[in-house]
Order: sequence, then structure tokens, then C-alpha cells
Amino acid sequence: MPKDSGIGASSKRREDVRFLTGAGNYTDDINAAGQAYVYFLRSDIAHGRINSVDTSAAEGMPGVVKVFTGKDFEGVGGMPCGWEVTDKHGAPMQEPPHPILAQGKVRHVGDPIAAVVADSLEQARDAAEAIDLDIEELPAVMDMKAAAQDGATLVHDDLKNNICYDWQLGEADDAKVNEVFANAAHVTTLDLVNNRLVANPMEPRVAVAEYNRGTEEYTLYTTSQNPHVIRLLMCAFVLGLPEHKVRVVAPDVGGGFGTKIFHYAEEAFCTFAAKACNRPVKWSASRSEAFMSDAHGRDHVSKIELALDADNNFVGLRTNTYANLGAYLSTFSSSVPTWLHGTLMAGNYTTPVIQVNVKAMFTNTVPVDAYRGAGRPEATYQIERVVDKAARELGVDPIALRRQNFVTQFPYDTPVALTYDTGDYNGTMDKLETAADLAGFAARRAESEASGKLRGLGINCYIEACGIAPSNIVGMLGARAGLYDAATVRVNATGSISVMVGAHSHGQGHETAFPQVVADMIGIDESMVEIVHGDTSKIPFGMGTYGSRSLAVCGSAMVKATEKVIEKAKKIAAHLLEASEADIELKDGQFSVAGTDKSVAWGDVTLTAYVPHNYPLEVEPGLEETAFYDPANFTFPAGAYACEVEVDPETGQVSIEKFTAADDFGNIVNPMIVDGQVHGGIGQGIGQALLENCAYDENGQLLSASFMDYAMPRADDVPFYGVDHSSQTPCTHNPLGVKGCGEAGAIGSPPAVVNAVLDALNSGGKAVDHIDMPVSPSRVWAAMNS
Amino acid sequence: MYNFEFEKPSTIADAVAALGAEDAQALGGGQTLIPTLKQRLAAPSALVSLSGIAEMKGVCVDDDGSVSIGGATTHATVEAEAADSYPAMAALAGQIGDPAVRNRGTIGGSVANNDPAACYPAGVLGSGATIITNSRQIGADDFFEGLFTTALEEGEIITSIRFPVPQAASYQKFLQPASRFALVGVYLARFADGVRVAVTGASEDGVFRWSEAEEALNKEFRPDALMDLRINPANMIGDLHGSKDYRAHLVGVMTKRAVEACM
Amino acid sequence: MTQVSMTVNGKSVSGDVEGRTLLSSFLRDHLSLTGTHVGCDTAQCGACVVHVNGEAVKSCNMLALEADGADVGTIEGQANDDGSLNVIQQAFQDHHGLQCGFCTPGMVMSTAALLKDNPRPTEAEVRKYLEGNLCRCTGYHNIVKAIMAASGQDVSSIAAE
Repeated sequence: MPKDSGIGASSKRREDVRFLTGAGNYTDDINAAGQAYVYFLRSDIAHGRINSVDTSAAEGMPGVVKVFTGKDFEGVGGMPCGWEVTDKHGAPMQEPPHPILAQGKVRHVGDPIAAVVADSLEQARDAAEAIDLDIEELPAVMDMKAAAQDGATLVHDDLKNNICYDWQLGEADDAKVNEVFANAAHVTTLDLVNNRLVANPMEPRVAVAEYNRGTEEYTLYTTSQNPHVIRLLMCAFVLGLPEHKVRVVAPDVGGGFGTKIFHYAEEAFCTFAAKACNRPVKWSASRSEAFMSDAHGRDHVSKIELALDADNNFVGLRTNTYANLGAYLSTFSSSVPTWLHGTLMAGNYTTPVIQVNVKAMFTNTVPVDAYRGAGRPEATYQIERVVDKAARELGVDPIALRRQNFVTQFPYDTPVALTYDTGDYNGTMDKLETAADLAGFAARRAESEASGKLRGLGINCYIEACGIAPSNIVGMLGARAGLYDAATVRVNATGSISVMVGAHSHGQGHETAFPQVVADMIGIDESMVEIVHGDTSKIPFGMGTYGSRSLAVCGSAMVKATEKVIEKAKKIAAHLLEASEADIELKDGQFSVAGTDKSVAWGDVTLTAYVPHNYPLEVEPGLEETAFYDPANFTFPAGAYACEVEVDPETGQVSIEKFTAADDFGNIVNPMIVDGQVHGGIGQGIGQALLENCAYDENGQLLSASFMDYAMPRADDVPFYGVDHSSQTPCTHNPLGVKGCGEAGAIGSPPAVVNAVLDALNSGGKAVDHIDMPVSPSRVWAAMNS
Repeated sequence: MYNFEFEKPSTIADAVAALGAEDAQALGGGQTLIPTLKQRLAAPSALVSLSGIAEMKGVCVDDDGSVSIGGATTHATVEAEAADSYPAMAALAGQIGDPAVRNRGTIGGSVANNDPAACYPAGVLGSGATIITNSRQIGADDFFEGLFTTALEEGEIITSIRFPVPQAASYQKFLQPASRFALVGVYLARFADGVRVAVTGASEDGVFRWSEAEEALNKEFRPDALMDLRINPANMIGDLHGSKDYRAHLVGVMTKRAVEACM
Repeated sequence: MTQVSMTVNGKSVSGDVEGRTLLSSFLRDHLSLTGTHVGCDTAQCGACVVHVNGEAVKSCNMLALEADGADVGTIEGQANDDGSLNVIQQAFQDHHGLQCGFCTPGMVMSTAALLKDNPRPTEAEVRKYLEGNLCRCTGYHNIVKAIMAASGQDVSSIAAE
């Protein structure tokens, strides 16, 4: 029986009411009295040397408050990178400066050169057009392999080359790896591209900053997934401001998908300018501006080789990847192709020898950073495409080949630095086979063929490392931050509860799901618990929401804080009931003495905490507890996906006919929300596989610079999805046994789609073994006719 | 956007007068023009809205059986009101943009803009329609002059378009996945005196008639008649969404499907 | 500046605007009706959809002066008179048809326009109608489901109930 409240219930989302009635409060809905508007003059060339920026005409234009250029920020820090990767020779990565406004050179189309603050946005834009630029165009560094060659044009003149780092994980002995491949019965090799994507949350980025001269306090409203991280980075590394004088608020945020994790120059600029102009300053990105200023995602070019023995056991895996970091290091960009990617290269399999090589490249493109899945989709795509190709080459069933090589014993230490605590990949695959009715595929294929279409079935397995992460471990790996989270449970006198959480909800439904946990632990109605998030002045601290970590990490902090609250409340109850604390039980909001009918209600205890007349002297009044939770390990959600496509052999058009996901997320708090997270991830994964392509020309001009050319998935591009999460192996090391579900769909679906397309083509007699994403009609047709 | 004066006349004469001002520009539904203005790619001194001119709106059947559509008629209205009198054109209108765009965008605006991937130019050229302006009548074959270029003079307004109604017609649109304009769109109309095939989305020169296909279909109106025809990829658009070869191929496929739909 | 007057959610309003002022700006900046969102500048995302004289339009792609004298409906005017969610809004909540909420006002307004013309749309008709409304969160599954439910259809057999 589904539960109707508490952990495991599909409670309807309370936040929906404001969103459905137009009462949400997004950053662009916020206007400060007397605010001025900023317009950024951005580079329209990919690479150039700035000879001069003459703002004199602009400064005299109507409504102009002040014009800023890179010179105004010479004494100010640049945008920091939060993860120092060490290369395979032990040297730190090359880390070029990333100024708020360009200094010396422009390095990508969209790089901000100047900023005009004016009474209105149109006036600011008018004045920006009057800025006289003298920029000498330089050759654009676009191709990653060419950029790695000696003598290539440098994106950053002060670096020795365009390689940020040359990194390796796994087996360091090349001879040993070579031997594995030399002795293999079969080797499958695949060259593939993980296409560059633009996250495109529907809400473009916005920043509104205010400065109070009287108190010397700043307030920044910003579209962020992690306001505390923004405050820390901006105060400590960029502007040098005292943290206690800066409040960062991320109100309702219209989607993030990773791209709103990062600290952006525009946020720091508005904060700086609010003081410099002595006026609130607002910036709202247009979508066109978002395309050239939001960090992009993916963009890996890889070669992967899989070695199998005569019994089709995986015996070795080697990958060589060029990872595009763009022109500057975005906040967590360096970690994505390394610790979020290389560590996942074991996948769900027992491959004993793995070597991962990654060259991370600077190019004259928008910075690339984490996008839903962040490294894990790139890893999964490589593994699952090469496994599928191997199955085809060997003529074996792709599910059987996967099952044969699954990890089945846990905990499992991979050759690439992770310890999987738990999982049941065969069990999850069993669920998939049933949920996707794989037995009925042959009949469905026959039906498609009867109507002139090719039908294919694509299978994919994935594992991801979520709940990032044990701070001591990520610290050793180069993270410049801890990755714990925090929660304060504040019980009010009347028994209602405010929970201040470090996670930020921008679609994930925390405002509904988190109270389910607290209410369940105490046995009170969910409506008595409210979540407070997104405001550094209200919450203790928070590392924010990304990497499917909110419930696993922040939720664990919330559980621990709630446990502390309950422990203290039991002391009070014991006093009121004149019993031993050890005998007090809490159930359904009642404290009772075990084995008796004596009890006192939750509300009476909480009132006593704040009106401590009849009260234990050794206990402090009040009922509020804070906990920080630092996870002991990553969590390891895993799953098996099936995609069925039809291909129109005349046009190459692919349509997704059926998509089924079987996931193991461990325990689940709100199944409705989990389903929704999986749906959304699959939608984005199908988008990557079939539609989305952030493309540049050889001069560094962005070809897909608006929704006119960047194909977002629409309702008629996707089917209803089948979602099954009944395979559950609870996480062994967090109190809720949860693993995280936010990214799974985006990780698990692209290989399933591509595998299905290739299956369809091969079923039609076309021996096509790979098509790069997006698998557009044009590419499918070309592959069929090559 | 740069600022501009806004005028909304209620007669064609007043609109023509208003458009006489220097750098004044006509505003149909604005579904293409307003995004262009947002990018500051145009700086009209005044926008003269045609949406208040009642005589330029609606669909009517003329005495000779032809269908006339007012220049300021929205796509949604064409979709609804031409459904009986010229169903293929109604169906074309129903494939433009999305429902909200169709409630604002107009046939006159689309035809005057002559976007190389727009749907209406194919329908107008494929039908051999007559473009009626405030000052003259222009045959479709003389109207479309290449990318975003037409026979219209400065300040000239499309007041209506008169379509001869074919025995059978079909618009086959293959979507550009992002913009949902036509990657390739083929409008085929079969009249008693011959077949017309107009292609949009494909050519670097904008909408065009595929005369080889017309000849072949005039000889034999069945899909197989196209089997040996290949359109030259050299003049096709090649971009992010499809190569020249692919577009050339799609022209053949879409034309064949249009024939099938007309059988 | 030119004065523009219209009825918004049943109330007469007016204000001074420039020629270039968009209807979305008039609603958001002049009337503080910030439920209408702007998610793109090419008229594709549909977060800005409102009703003008009963028809769905993209308010970021229409000049405010074009709406002079019009009857405009926005998300703020959709709830029932007693403040409770209307049938469409309730279906979106019941079926988890929204996550971050940014596209939601446009989705609700488009749905209202769809169901006015087509009270019992098929799944394919719903998906086709949403061509001009982008959502990045839901993968559309629960939006389509919610719309079909709002039209009174039984959606219990749709996957992942």
C-alpha cells in the first residue's frame, strides 16, 4: 500500500501553488528602489588582443551612470576555480586568470569587455554601442587536438601551452595495459564525441545587487543553486569583502542543471557596481546572452578500447579523452573530466585493468563545466557504447554480455578509486526486462517493419557516484571546498518546525520532500514542517544542490539535527512524565513511557522548552539543533535503461517509441518526485542524443546561438516514459539509505538511444557501428548511405 | 530594441500614408520582426501596424472559385477559415510556428518577409497565387526574388493573396528541429492544366519551383515518376541541421510524399 | 510615451508606454504581474504566453500598444474566484506537472487555450499543441498527463503513475 504521508508517500508539492498562480518570486521579479541596469558589451570575436577600449562617448550618453572596463578590476581578484587537478606527472594544472571584464585579450564570443550601468537597460545598451573598440583579431583555437600540438596559438599567452592538465587514473603502467590488450581475444575500439550542450534552464540568469552605505552591507539576489558558495567565492577570492557583510539570496530559481552552480562574473560585477555607483544594479540575461555566457556542458572527444578474453569477460579498458574546458576555468570545470568522469570508467563491470587518460584543453569557446550528470554521462556513454559495439562484433546478446560482466559482490573496489557500497545490477536488469516488456520487442519490430520503419532496441546500464562527497577524500583529490552540508531544525514553541537547509530547491521539491522526513521521524503532520533555504542570512551554511546530493547529504544533516532535537525533547518529556529518559518513546507525535499509558504530546513538550517552568535544570531552554553532515562515501545509484526507436529509412528521422528506466536509488522519500526527476533527466538525455548540439564554426562563432538553432526537446519529441524504481539496495552509509536520483535519467539515456538507433539500422542491413550525437536525421541518412 | 513610433491605422490608405514616412516599416503579426528588433538588427522610425485594418482580414471564396486571404489574416484564421475552401493551404497554415505564434503571425507578413525556410512562400508559389498590394497585382512567379527579397516596393503592402484552388494539393514539411521552420518543405498543387511544385527551406536562393519534377509529374502523376530525378545539391543550403546532399535528398522524398498525399 | 489601456484579468488598467514596450514588459514592469515570465528572445519558449481576447499569444512578442483595448488574461487571473486552483492548475499539482515552475504559467495558459478549442485532446494533440512551450525539467511526461487529466480523461493507465 502506498503511504499517504511521511517517508515513502507521494505527497503533492506545496510549492506548486505559488508557481501555478503566478506568485513565485524569481530573481527577475525582484526590483530594488532606484535600481540601475547593466548591459555587458561582449566580444563578437572568439580571440583578439584588446588594443583600446574608448568609453568616452558612452559616458556622456543619456542615463549613463558609469562605464566599466577591465581596467576597473585590475586590483580585484578573478573568478576562481574550485578544484585543483594534479596532472599525471605530479604538477598542478595550469590555472590562468579569469577577470570579471576582459583584460588584454578577449577569449570567446561573449567574453565581457565593458559594462555600462544606466538608468534603463535600453540606455545602457545605447551607450554600449558608443564604446569604441580596437581589438586585433587572432586565430581562434577551436580544435582540441590541434590546440595540443606544439606551436599552437595560445589561448592564454602566459601559459606554456593550451593543455590545462594531462591527467591519468587507474593503471599507470602502460606496458601492463598494452599486455592486456595484446593478449586479449577480442578488442573493440570506438572513437566518439560527447557533444557540447547548453543547459538552458528556462529561467535565464539574473543578478540584483544592493549596497547599504550606512551598514556597509551588500545584498545580492542571484539565480544560484548554492548561495553560500557564491558568497564564499565572491568574498574570499574575487572582491575581498567581509563575508558577514554580504548576504546572498537565491529565491525561486527556474531550473539549474548545474549551470547555476558556478560563480559568474556578472554576479560579482553587480555587487561591485552597486557600491561603486551607490545604486542597486540589476542584470537580466537575455536567452541570446545566456547562450554565450552560461557555462556549457560535455564536449569530450574520446577513443575507448575494450579488451575481452575468449569467454567474453572484460579484461581491460583504456580511454583517451580530450576534454574542452573553454577559454577560462569555470568554478568546478576541472573536476568534471577527471574525478567525476575517470572514476566512473569501471561502470557496472568487473574490468580488472583500466587506464583513463584525459587532456583538458583551453579553447576560444565559452567555459565548459558541470551539466546534469557532469562527467558521469561522458563515462557512461563511452563504456556503454563500446560494450554494445563489442556485443555486435561478437554476435552475442548485449544484455547477456553485460550481465556476464556485472559486479555482483559488494562492497567492490574498482580499479579507478571508488568503492561501490551496494547494488544489485542483475536485479535491476530483471526489473527492466519486465517493465520494458523486452519479450514483446520482436513483435513490435515486426509491426514497425510492416509500416516501412526500422525498429531498434537499445540497452544501457549506468552507475553514478552521487552525494558528493567525503570532504577529506575530495580534499586529497584537489577540491578547494568541503562537500558536507548543514541543517538547522528550529522547533517553535507551538510545535511547528522551521528547517533551515543548505540545499537549494529549484525544481527538486525539497519544500515538500524534506518535511516528509522530519514529520515522519516525529510523527506529526507534514504541514507542521517548513523548509527555509536559499538565503545566507537565514541558514547556517550550505554547499548547495548539485550532483544528486541534496537528500543524501543535506537530508542526512537534517536527520541528524532532528535526532538531536528528539533526544533533547525526550529529556524534557522524561521530566514531565517523571520517568527515565531511556524509557521514553516517541511515536505519532506522542512521548510515552515504555510499558505504561503515560504520555505527553509533542506540542506540550515543545511549549515546555520555551516556557520552562516545570523543566529539567540541566537542560537548556529552547529546542533548536544544527548538524553538519559529511558523508563517509559517495552513493552509487545504478540502473538499466531500454529505448526503442523507429527510424524512417527514407529520411533518417528517429522517433522514440518506448523508453523504460529501471533505477536503484536505494530508499525513496517521495516516489512522485523521484519519477519526475527521472522523467526530466530522460528528456534531457534524449535531447542530447537526438537534438541538442552546441556548435561553433572554425572561427569560433557560435552557430547554435539561440533556440532557433539549438534544438531543445519539445513535447512531441518524446514519449511517455516507463519508470521503475522498485529495485532498491539502500545506501549503507547514510541514515536514510538514499542515493540520489536527479541526474540518473540524463546519464542513462543517451547511450540507450544511440544503441537503439544503431540496432535499428543494423536490423535493416546497414552495417553502421557508430553515429555521433546528436543522431540527427541528416547524420542517420548520411550513415545509411555512406 | 531601438525605440520607434507606433501607429495603427484602420484603413489601407492610412497605412500607405503612414508608411510614406522615412524608415517607417509595416508590422504584421510581428512574430519575426519583433525578435529582429530585439537584436537591434533593424531601426525603423515607426512601425505601422496592419492589425487594425478590417478590410485586410479574413478568408473568402471569390466568384471564380479562387480563395482570397487578406494580408493581415493570422495563420490560425487561415487554418480555421480555409479548411473547407482550400484545405491544403489551411493545413500549411496549421504547421507554421506554434499555436501562439499562429494567433499573431499573418500571411502578408510571412510572404513579404520571404524567409527562405518559411512555409507560406511555398504555398503561394506552389499555388501560383496572385499577390495583391495596395497598388498592383503580382504573380507569384514574379514575386519571390531570393532570400528575404520580393518584388514589393518600399511602403507597398500586401492587402490580400488570391489563390486558384487546385484539384489536389499537399504541403509536406520536414522540420528543422530547433526553429521548427522547414528544413525542407514542398508544396505540390495539381491543377487541370498541370502540376506546380514549390520548395522552401532547401535553397540558398529561397523558395523555388522544381520544374523537372513538374514536367515529370505532368507526364505521369505518380510517385514513381520522380524516381530518377535528382536535384543538384550545389545550390542547396548546408548547415548545422542538414548537409546540402541531405536537403537535396529530402526535396525528393517530400515531393514524393506530396504526390502520394494527392493520389 | 503613449497611453495604453486594456483589461487585465477583468480589471481596467492603463499606463504610459513607449512604442517598443512589449506586452510582457507592461504586465511585469508596469502592473507588477510577474507571473508572466520571459525565457527567450526568439518567441519559442512560451513562458510568456497570455490570453489576448481569449487567444494564446506570446506576450514577449507583441507590443503593448497592439493590446490597446484588448481583454488580457494572465496566470494571476486563472484561479477560481475563491482563490482555489482551477481545474488545470489542480491537475498540474495532482500530476506533478511542474518542477522549477518557470515555464508553468505559459503551460497553464496554453493548456487553457487548447482545452477551449479541443476539450478532449489525444496525447498526440497535446504534444503537438505544446510545440511553442518549452520545459526543461519534466521531460513533458507529467505535463501531458496533467493536461489530459484536466480534460477529464482517465490517465491512470499512463506509465509511472
